Amino acid sequence: MITVLFFAGIKEEMGLDQLIVEKDNITVLQLKQYFESEYPSLSFNQCMTAINETFVTDEEIIKDQDTVAFIPPVSGG
Amino acid sequence: MEQNLFKIVRHPISVEDVTNQVSRRDAGAITLFIGTVREFTKEKRTLSLEYQAYESMAVKMLSQIGEEIKHKWPDTWVAITHRIGKLEITDIAVVIAVSSPHRKNAYQANEYAIERIKQIVPIWKKEFWEDGTMWVGDQLETTEYAKGKPSKGE
Repeated sequence: MITVLFFAGIKEEMGLDQLIVEKDNITVLQLKQYFESEYPSLSFNQCMTAINETFVTDEEIIKDQDTVAFIPPVSGG
Repeated sequence: MEQNLFKIVRHPISVEDVTNQVSRRDAGAITLFIGTVREFTKEKRTLSLEYQAYESMAVKMLSQIGEEIKHKWPDTWVAITHRIGKLEITDIAVVIAVSSPHRKNAYQANEYAIERIKQIVPIWKKEFWEDGTMWVGDQLETTEYAKGKPSKGE
């Protein structure tokens, strides 16, 4: 079981800020593909990903109890 | 030294408070960067802005920027406060204060801080225009990270 967090445009597209997903031992890329197939209007193009508040690449394995955050291009400052 | 040098807040930022966090007897310079809400971007008129953050990670990334600066300019002290929520034109969105014994390092470290904020700190800006809204990304136009994540800095 993993927790997935959404922000900015993705959060608005999803209509919620987090979701519990019954998956683990999959890569970040596989999780993105899962969401893109379940929610066809979503796009993770240029989106970064963090696991437990640390930036990771698409190859990173997501483990049970991890918190995954999809980070669209940031615009602070 | 005061606690919480790297903060996300929902209230107006006091420039003086952030400045005081880096004030010290051996500093000969304090540089301040004050990021404010701009009305016109090219032809487009902004009515207001909303900032959203992944707060816990944003604080962590601001602290990481502090570490990077400490490494590059060891004689500096840094404090950064970023405001989130709804902001009006001319409101202060971010204040970065850097002190150093001599001014050059304080200037350089301060510019480095704002550039890094725009790369790695999970804060997003939503523009409210007369004819619509949009979450803004890509401010540095460098969002295509070769490795799918931003560089580590130094």
